[in-house]
Amino acid sequence: MSSPAPPLALIAELTHRCPLACPYCSNPLELASASTELDTATWLRLIDEAAALGVLHLHLTGGEPMARRDLNDIIAHAHARGLYINLITAGVTLDAGRLALLREAGLDHIQLSFQDAEAEGGDHIGGLRGGHARKLAAARLIADSDIALTLNFVVHRANLERLEQMIALAEQLGAQRMEIAHTQYHGWAMRNRAALLPTAAQLDAANATVTQARARLAARLRIDYVVPDYFAEYPKACMGGWARNTLLVDPTGRAMPCHAAHGIPGMDWPRLRETSLGAAWRSAPFERFRGTGWMPEPCRSCERREIDWGGCRCQALALTGHAERTDPVCVKSPDHAMVAALAAAAGNDASATVPVAWQYRSAKPDPTTAR
Amino acid sequence: MSARIPRLAPGVRFRHDATRDAWVLLAPERLLLPDEIACAVLHEIDGVRDEAVIVDRLAEHYDAPRALIAGDVATLIDGLIADGVLRA
Repeated sequence: MSSPAPPLALIAELTHRCPLACPYCSNPLELASASTELDTATWLRLIDEAAALGVLHLHLTGGEPMARRDLNDIIAHAHARGLYINLITAGVTLDAGRLALLREAGLDHIQLSFQDAEAEGGDHIGGLRGGHARKLAAARLIADSDIALTLNFVVHRANLERLEQMIALAEQLGAQRMEIAHTQYHGWAMRNRAALLPTAAQLDAANATVTQARARLAARLRIDYVVPDYFAEYPKACMGGWARNTLLVDPTGRAMPCHAAHGIPGMDWPRLRETSLGAAWRSAPFERFRGTGWMPEPCRSCERREIDWGGCRCQALALTGHAERTDPVCVKSPDHAMVAALAAAAGNDASATVPVAWQYRSAKPDPTTAR
Repeated sequence: MSARIPRLAPGVRFRHDATRDAWVLLAPERLLLPDEIACAVLHEIDGVRDEAVIVDRLAEHYDAPRALIAGDVATLIDGLIADGVLRA
């Protein structure tokens, strides 16, 4: 077995604590409590190890990373090691004083999440009254600083009607970049899939809106667009391929190749209180789906095997019960019919404009709605 | 054009990557690997020197015709501005 190429990015999930309760949160259904989080010294060691391994981008996320009191120390340490530091935040606790301290510590870029283009929808989706207004204030502060600003929008059935307003908001707030990501159905989003899956008409309109906006805005506002898996022909190379360039550390110190991998059974994830980031990168769970050697047919002989890398392991698990199967999003997958059926059902749903109930993210999920 | 003062856009850094022994441009969610000529120009960009000064310095350093260097530098800066990496 040859040694894997060094990772380019480290996603540090500093905490699962968050003032918002979005029903599509990428955190696991079982949220880690504050008492189980890694301490400051361990995070600083992991940053040293990441820099030595070859990591260039550090993504500080959560939950809400601003909930960590040692956030500035972590940023200052990573900056001293030369890492490019990106903070992914809901922004509701950001004020001018905190922003100045973040900048001083060496923060390069902020990804500020919005749940909608306007307050009513935004506060409803995030589950925090007044949250949208605080995000607007945060965005204005960041735009006036020399920290780069990206606005992140997760889009779904309940907010897609306002996609044009979202783009106008990013433009008006002076963001350099925006991410428009259709919901990925894992964890909380899987639980709320029926309420979130867009209709075919919404999807067609969204694709056209993004294409036009990109042509109009070009470099003035870069738009990264994540298309919804269920309506695609081929799967995404999730994370650019399993353990190819990114590793994630969860709040309790488990190393994984992505946000959702904790759900894959039989994986003994490296625990970074006891082991190093380098050892984790070379560990058996990271090797499990790395490269092409693990692939079943039709992936194994597919000309796209080093483009899609078999798609998403977590999605294969969520839909087929087996992480090692071809991502069912792929038209070549023997399981593709189930995805086509889900997409078709959504497309025929005449109730799309009726408000739908969803289950918010919470520390104690309602057991009656558990999958 | 040659009076413009190019500088890195907010959130863009140009640094050496010791692991891969390469100069890299780091930007939001992007990693760019500038080639040798781009690196030579990027090393001259400090937010103070204008394009004419940068051309002078490179023409002298590479002992090359100024007009030739000026064309390369303008094309490169235009491209990096269009890509959101530089501002001027």
